[in-house]
Amino acid sequence: MPRGDVLHGSRAVAEAVKLCDVDVIAAYPITPQTHIVEDLAEFVANGELDAEYVLVESEHSAMSACIGASATGVRTFTATSSQGLALMHEMLFIASGMRLPIVMANANRALSAPINIWNDQQDSMSERDCGWIQLYCETNQETLDTTIQAYRISENKKVLLPSMVCLDGFVLTHTIEPLEIPDKDAVNRFLPEFEPAVYLDPDDPMTLGAFATPADYIKFRFEQEKAMRNAIEAIEKADREYKKETGRGYGLMEEYNTKDADIIIVSMGSVVGTIKEVIDQLKGEYNVGLLKIKAFRPLPKERIKEVLKNARVVSVVEKDVSIGLGEGGLFSEIKGILYNLDERPKVLGFIIGLGGRDITQPDIRDIIKLSKKAEKDVVDEVHWIGLR
Amino acid sequence: MTVSLGGSVKDPGSTVKTKTGSWRTFKPEIDNDKCIDCGNCWIFCVEPCISKEDGKYVVDYDYCKGCGVCAHECPVGAIEMVLEEK
Repeated sequence: MPRGDVLHGSRAVAEAVKLCDVDVIAAYPITPQTHIVEDLAEFVANGELDAEYVLVESEHSAMSACIGASATGVRTFTATSSQGLALMHEMLFIASGMRLPIVMANANRALSAPINIWNDQQDSMSERDCGWIQLYCETNQETLDTTIQAYRISENKKVLLPSMVCLDGFVLTHTIEPLEIPDKDAVNRFLPEFEPAVYLDPDDPMTLGAFATPADYIKFRFEQEKAMRNAIEAIEKADREYKKETGRGYGLMEEYNTKDADIIIVSMGSVVGTIKEVIDQLKGEYNVGLLKIKAFRPLPKERIKEVLKNARVVSVVEKDVSIGLGEGGLFSEIKGILYNLDERPKVLGFIIGLGGRDITQPDIRDIIKLSKKAEKDVVDEVHWIGLR
Repeated sequence: MTVSLGGSVKDPGSTVKTKTGSWRTFKPEIDNDKCIDCGNCWIFCVEPCISKEDGKYVVDYDYCKGCGVCAHECPVGAIEMVLEEK
């Protein structure tokens, strides 16, 4: 029987990892992720989870330990945030290049300097090219469910890429929410025992991640891209089967009121909850919908194009910025997806909520009003919300 | 080289299959008439790609990367680095 509980987002991740029978956990604490790995340490110490818990001296080492463990063919987990994710940077490419299905929770947090421990999505956005699947979550329940699904997706033989489950720091990690923890038997049916495709075995020695010359390297990168395209189907398949077991599914993305909408807001993470609320309040007054991006990598480009192509204005609301380009990463990519259409919507970018600044309902209402104005008038392409 | 999952290599000692000679821009050519058989080229070759066959020093062009150390170390200038025609 599934169990009802009231949990922090971090605890929800730890419960999911426990249900997945992870073999090796290597982690280093960093706010606001710390209590994910604290909870897991407690599970291991109590004998609730039969895993090897490796204490390391840095996030670079945490990822290295997960890579080593995963290369021997066992299920691995780590969690990090912000500076920790940045410190892992080079190892992220090694994990994806070696095609290791590691799962990591990233509690989204702003990067220093100036030091700031609060939520935005600059940390994972800055790692978008490293070959990891990135799944952004709206609620604690979705975070728990996505963590379980991530193992199934990453371990799919047509995928074999690591997954990053992104949950907004504090907004989800430290917020208590009623949720349902799936039954262990249901998770066992959904997630079979990990069968590695290749692994290091002293009795049958081999090398992993070995040397590729200029003649071959590009082929390995192309294989990663093919695997990432396969992940689109793998995510949907995992989601369908998860829904059969638990009744809950999320898909690659969620459309909220998008049919025949004049204005469509595109966003990801916990803020979509606030956006849905405002859309409901403005029903009848503004014809506005929301496209929630869950899978940012792989980005389902064709599906996104289908949803957005008939809107008049597309407004991308995001918690990151590419300094020097002056726009957010999601905004740039959405513009790119729509560019080759013969007739395309206007696309506006809104940079908001950096360093944990609250994103309020009035903020979203202002964004919708400005988007409405853009249907007829010329307005600036990019807006920074909350400068004062 | 075939593209394997994650760059996995299952055959031990398979590095020999990668013919690094293709990296070369200049190739060393030994003039055996000038050679005084000091063995410097054989000693200094970093790969090592110089061996002695039938009393003469020869270069293994499958793996010689064309670094030019042999030509630099030859005391009598018997080794010339020649631009590779490809």
